[in-house]
Amino acid sequence: MKDKDREKFPELVDGKAVIDLDSQKFLKVWQGPQHPGVTGNISLEVTLSGDEVVDLKTHVGYLHRGFEKLMERRKYLQCFTIVCRICVPEPDTNEYVFAAATEQLAGITIPEKAKWLRTLTLEMARLASFLMWIGGQAGALGMGTIAQWTVAQRDYILDLFEELTGGRVYHMYIVPGGVRGDIPDGFIEHVEKVMKGVEKVLYDVDIALLNNAIFKMRAKGLGYISKDMVDEYGIVGPNARAAGLARDIRKNSPYLIYDQLDFKVITGTKSDALERTFIRFQEMVQCVSLIRQIINKMPKNGDYHTRIPNPLHWKIPAGETYVRAEASRGEYGYYMLSDGTEYPRRVQVRGPSYTHAIAVLEKLAIGTNLADLAALMVSLHTCPPEIER
Amino acid sequence: MTLKDWIAPFYVWKRAFEKPFTVPKPLKERPGSPRYRGFHQNDLDACIGCGTCASICQNYAIDMVPVEGIETHKGDSGLRPRIDYGRCCWCALCVDICPTKSLSMSNDYVWIDSDADVFRFVPGAEEKPWDSFAKGYKREEEYYLVDPQRVTMEILTPEERVKSFLEMVKGYSKEQAQKEADRCIQCGICTATCPAHMDIPGYIKAVRENRIEDGLRLMYETNPMPAMCGRVCTHQCEEDCALAHTGEAISIRWLKRYLADQVELGDYSKAMPAEIQSNGKNIAIIGAGPGGLSAAYYLRLLGYEITIYEANEKGGGMTRYGIPEYRLPYDQLDKDIEYILSLGISIQYNTRVGKDVSFKEIHKKYDAVLISIGLMVPYKMEISGEDLPGNISGLEVLDKITRGERVPFGKKVAVIGGGNVAMDSARTARTFGADVTVLYRRRIEDMPADEEEIIDAQHEKVSFITQAVPLRIEQTEDNRLNFIYGLAEMVVQGEGKRPKPVLIEGKEYSIVVDMVISAIGQGADFSFLPMDYETLFKRKNQLKIDEFCRTPDCKIFAGGDIANQTKDAISAIADGHRAARSIDHFLKNI
Repeated sequence: MKDKDREKFPELVDGKAVIDLDSQKFLKVWQGPQHPGVTGNISLEVTLSGDEVVDLKTHVGYLHRGFEKLMERRKYLQCFTIVCRICVPEPDTNEYVFAAATEQLAGITIPEKAKWLRTLTLEMARLASFLMWIGGQAGALGMGTIAQWTVAQRDYILDLFEELTGGRVYHMYIVPGGVRGDIPDGFIEHVEKVMKGVEKVLYDVDIALLNNAIFKMRAKGLGYISKDMVDEYGIVGPNARAAGLARDIRKNSPYLIYDQLDFKVITGTKSDALERTFIRFQEMVQCVSLIRQIINKMPKNGDYHTRIPNPLHWKIPAGETYVRAEASRGEYGYYMLSDGTEYPRRVQVRGPSYTHAIAVLEKLAIGTNLADLAALMVSLHTCPPEIER
Repeated sequence: MTLKDWIAPFYVWKRAFEKPFTVPKPLKERPGSPRYRGFHQNDLDACIGCGTCASICQNYAIDMVPVEGIETHKGDSGLRPRIDYGRCCWCALCVDICPTKSLSMSNDYVWIDSDADVFRFVPGAEEKPWDSFAKGYKREEEYYLVDPQRVTMEILTPEERVKSFLEMVKGYSKEQAQKEADRCIQCGICTATCPAHMDIPGYIKAVRENRIEDGLRLMYETNPMPAMCGRVCTHQCEEDCALAHTGEAISIRWLKRYLADQVELGDYSKAMPAEIQSNGKNIAIIGAGPGGLSAAYYLRLLGYEITIYEANEKGGGMTRYGIPEYRLPYDQLDKDIEYILSLGISIQYNTRVGKDVSFKEIHKKYDAVLISIGLMVPYKMEISGEDLPGNISGLEVLDKITRGERVPFGKKVAVIGGGNVAMDSARTARTFGADVTVLYRRRIEDMPADEEEIIDAQHEKVSFITQAVPLRIEQTEDNRLNFIYGLAEMVVQGEGKRPKPVLIEGKEYSIVVDMVISAIGQGADFSFLPMDYETLFKRKNQLKIDEFCRTPDCKIFAGGDIANQTKDAISAIADGHRAARSIDHFLKNI
């Protein structure tokens, strides 16, 4: 950075910015916790010089529900009703990772059919999450119409969830031991119908958003993540893949039945907001393909649930494990420690947003125009509930 | 940037001509899916108020409350779940675990009210629009959170059984017992049903957690004869077990037996250290059956000096002289009795009150007297030919076998009656190789005997003739007995009553046998009470006994089979305990 450019920025003392508001050079603005430009309940303390962000601090604590602590006082089966609430747009990953960690510690193997049904819900959840995200991404750059289209499609996926699991948002379907119900009659046809609708909307989004001059101009170069940053900051998921790293847990260490499905890890090179949008868009197309593969290959019959010990006093042998899965935002993991009692001793949730929305955002925001800050945050696909649990 | 990039955005206008996605009001047009987890429904008649829904609820959204019109009765706590929708998270674990399948969810999801309190309601008790909804989240047929099947108990085959008096039930291993104990949902419906109100969930938990000594201690709090009860208890608890509604009941009796079997008699005092300080008051107990022993145990723990008068040479009463060894090995009964006596209780065997010692003397000498003589006199059929040689009572058969005496069963035996004594005598006769026929005046389902005893008897090839009314017994020329009976039709007596057998006149059937064993019930023998005690009687052979086991004479108490209706060992034990409390109360307050 040239010295002339440096003039705009606050003075650095021991590497920390000293912001002297009395100097009239800087303006402090709070974006959030109630603000359409932030994803969920997080607050950004922005220091501006003109309309350029010179410093950014994230503030969390508006959504702390203490789920990890609550789990220490809940029996294993009771916990499964809590975990889905950690992430609203994509609860199934939480359900799966919790169930898988519990099963691993307890030494339970689940039936084949349950694996397929779990994979189906995970992919449907990823798709729903992406559809909501692309609405946010377009909306953050002033294109609210796209959000109307995609969120409507997400709602149809929620209808599918309602049919399969009995719940629209919190499905509580993946339970330790398997899943809670088999596919209902007519479900496959409904899935196919919804997928056709999603494909149509994706086609429209491709024309109206990805070929939109304004979107391209504003998203290009926004929030560039260098390859070195990926490991330094622990960046995962589409954000890492846009930087050219083929990292996908579904491929790198396949779980459930992902090794039986045909898909490629989608990577990019430019690593800016535009590239990340392209990557996620292609992942949506991939999700549709995966869902079709699953419903075609899924075994028709078989158990979907294996008997677990009596949940009222299910003691799990002492041990610890870390189980992860690829959520729409990247690696999602649960570290679980059991001390041999009926309650988990410690459950630690590792959500990808922990790094993305705090460390990475604070770094990338510097030098960004205030008007682009919302688009930057959305382009990292952050979800504050994961940070606070 | 291409020209297309500038033109493409106008593509959005195409959508302006399409139909909207949103659903217009009213919302009724969009019902929830068939599996939707909506508002709760509860079939109040099927619900037994076990409270398992409340136990599994992680939000504490369910509490159990009394509901108007539902009474607490056997197998039903009388409470029903009340759901607080301010707490409910709609996870439906309550539906998944409900052992009666009474709780379910409708697919209705619209409920608007300005009063926040109405959202705490008792499903089923308050009329709601969705009560009749057929759709909604229901527990799937094959989806069980709790194993519906009990761990199989290894039992000798019927072929092996009829050859000897070896104990037929082998007992659980540690793994089997813990697996079985794991099924318990700890609702406690069984505790209410058990005449002795044993803490069944408590000792099952002890089995599960391998705290054997704790379990033993817990059992002794309400039942000082667990080794015996663990084998031959009538286990009404299992009939009312919540899991029995959609699966098999917990093997409560076998788990009790498992606990008692794990501790050697010598280790009992270690498991249950008893510091008894004598209070100097003396109590006499007449009869060392379960009732008398139970009273002796609890009174001794309170510091009383106990003397038991027993007419036989060993204690146990009907459990020794009325239950064959293959069901209750004598060493197990001895274990229970020896422990009770080891607390410093003196017992005088072979001492019949009224003959060897007078009741008056006992009455004078002791501070209180408990009469628990049991029912040892068999009823007569009151038909002609009953005194012919070859007639014997069921009790006499079992008594003789216990004492090691021979019973000349012959080749063919008829057993009259449908109670446990009848089944035991029939099966004992089978063990001696006789061809046995049971004749009963009602149907098989009306038999008072334990169901498993009837089934075991059938497996052991005992044949049954039901609705048979005994008419007379004649002697044949070759000195056998011709048992003549008529058939009865069952006349319905109204709800809750057993149908009455009414003889169909005119037709007679007969069966020629070597021995007729009558086991149609038994009564008490109060001949030891001198005439001065007439006031104790309500009618002939029945004492006036109140709910505290008291008789009109404040020093005389009565317990055991003579005091209760069910006339089984566990009721006798419960009675003994009640009598002990009553005696203690009396002696402390005079």
